Amino acid sequence: MHAVYASFKYRKSPDQAATVPVRRPVIVIGAGPVGLSAAIDLAQRGIPVVILDDNDRIGEGSRAICFSKKTLEAFDKYGCGEGLRDAGVSWSRGRVFQREGELYAFDLLPEAGHKMPAFINIQQFVVEKALVDRAEALGNLDLRWKNRVIGIENGADGAVLTIETPDGDYRLAADYVIACDGARSPMRGMLGLDFPGEIFEEQFLIADVKMTGDYPAERWFWFDPPFHPGGSALLHKQPDDIWRIDLQLPATADAEVEKRPENVTPRIERMLGHANFTLEWVSIYRFRCLRLEQFIHGRVIFAGDAAHQVSPFGARGANSGVQDVENLGWKLAAILKGEAPAGLLATYDSERSEAADENLGHSTRSTDFIAPQSPAERGLRDAALALARKHDFAKRMVNSGRLSAPTAYRVSPLSTPDAERWEAGPAPGAPIPDARLRSAEGRDCFLSECLGPGFALLMRGGEPAEVPPGVTPVRIGADGYFDRFGEIAGRFALEPGSAYLIRPDGHVAARFMRWKRPDIEAALHKALGGAA
Amino acid sequence: MKENLKTGATLTTASRFPDPDRAFRLLIEARRGLSAEEAAALDARLVLLLANHIGDEAVLAEAVHAARETLGRE
Repeated sequence: MHAVYASFKYRKSPDQAATVPVRRPVIVIGAGPVGLSAAIDLAQRGIPVVILDDNDRIGEGSRAICFSKKTLEAFDKYGCGEGLRDAGVSWSRGRVFQREGELYAFDLLPEAGHKMPAFINIQQFVVEKALVDRAEALGNLDLRWKNRVIGIENGADGAVLTIETPDGDYRLAADYVIACDGARSPMRGMLGLDFPGEIFEEQFLIADVKMTGDYPAERWFWFDPPFHPGGSALLHKQPDDIWRIDLQLPATADAEVEKRPENVTPRIERMLGHANFTLEWVSIYRFRCLRLEQFIHGRVIFAGDAAHQVSPFGARGANSGVQDVENLGWKLAAILKGEAPAGLLATYDSERSEAADENLGHSTRSTDFIAPQSPAERGLRDAALALARKHDFAKRMVNSGRLSAPTAYRVSPLSTPDAERWEAGPAPGAPIPDARLRSAEGRDCFLSECLGPGFALLMRGGEPAEVPPGVTPVRIGADGYFDRFGEIAGRFALEPGSAYLIRPDGHVAARFMRWKRPDIEAALHKALGGAA
Repeated sequence: MKENLKTGATLTTASRFPDPDRAFRLLIEARRGLSAEEAAALDARLVLLLANHIGDEAVLAEAVHAARETLGRE
């Protein structure tokens, strides 16, 4: 089985010797992909952050493997997107099979001109290592291993944590605590919070195997295949000749027995048709679709699996977690710097609730299709599969997991509704697409690289002097960026004189066919939660 | 393809729901907790309701053919 991928040193902090708890602006609990992203996002915005993690190592097990375009764009801002993209297996195509035959193939990103692929597959610990390297390079980010949070006093204007270390317990205060401590979140328990939702009966065997195979870099999903009758199966390629396999098991299967190599190996042999592989990692899980009713409790903000848990088919776990903290980072930084009212934080809860509900809905519907709960439900599912070979409508109902896409915030108080009629382009609240540009200096680049850390105004023509201070102008036109392939014009319906105000997390705040400075100022004011 | 000579209607098998997953979920939820026999009885009622809603014998005949075809019992 897999060895530890990287281990880190516990170091005693001077904070541990303080008689009165030292107060920090932000403490992040958990150094997984979500916690590390949260901390880096804030630290890059100039907010000092402490991360506490109860372990001192990463790489025990593979866990998440699919990282989406939107997540990679966030990692790019954190300085490790290109490295991860190049180290991972890029993919956008998938195939769905039933019994011996192929039902259909799909392509998640059929168009060119995006810096990041639809998805990469890469082991979670490789992502964590890249984020840790970045975190350690930031002077205002203090990463503390072997620091286990065991208690909290959650006050109206701050929280005090009690932390267990190899040198004994200490206390540390914070303006805000971000709990990214995973699906089993001890912080949820400490605050006595319910985690309601649905737990499904069916079990899935999940395994990473090492082999040299000539399957393409595609997501392959089978309903009722000859090698695993009655169940479903998934095959996904990772770097370094590692393949992810998921096999559905009966609800009654004994997880401990099924996990034994002598039971796992024959199942995988039947699937692959050979025995030339080694098992790297095995686990058994049940689908769970759960969420906290509210993501903010006093000064504690929940993100990622600690806030909401989905089934894995769809890659909505780690990806939605990174989108949580991308949404949170700029808001919390603006509040802490006094640039936005504290009330802006409530929109983290409302916007990411909308996203969590969308993800849970997809996840629940996929689960219903992949693992019917009764013969009555299986009958309907099998009917859809039978009709899907011939009929388009049934094909569209076949659901082997709808893959993670960023949520468009439809009802956000931060969005300025369109005053004009737009035929195309991302609406207020929606995430923006990427595009290929050339800078005035003749350098080829992507839109996603030109937006800067704050708000940006994507404008075609227009007067740069009219752009309010603090907003990065991205001006398409003669003396600005060149829209090399007409992708800005097409994807944004950006006519001369029009503009998009883009939030720091890459969602549209407002758009105008004709604008003046007060329009942008008003939209910016609204996007920052009103008066500061 | 049989065509209703009066109306020109034929069975539409292109996808029509804006979100087919939600439509499917609605049908799954309708049978949640039912036995196979009860689900078959539910389906029979649904068939009659929807057949009447379509109200076109030629289209209905085409749907019957498409369904039986995938059973291998045309």
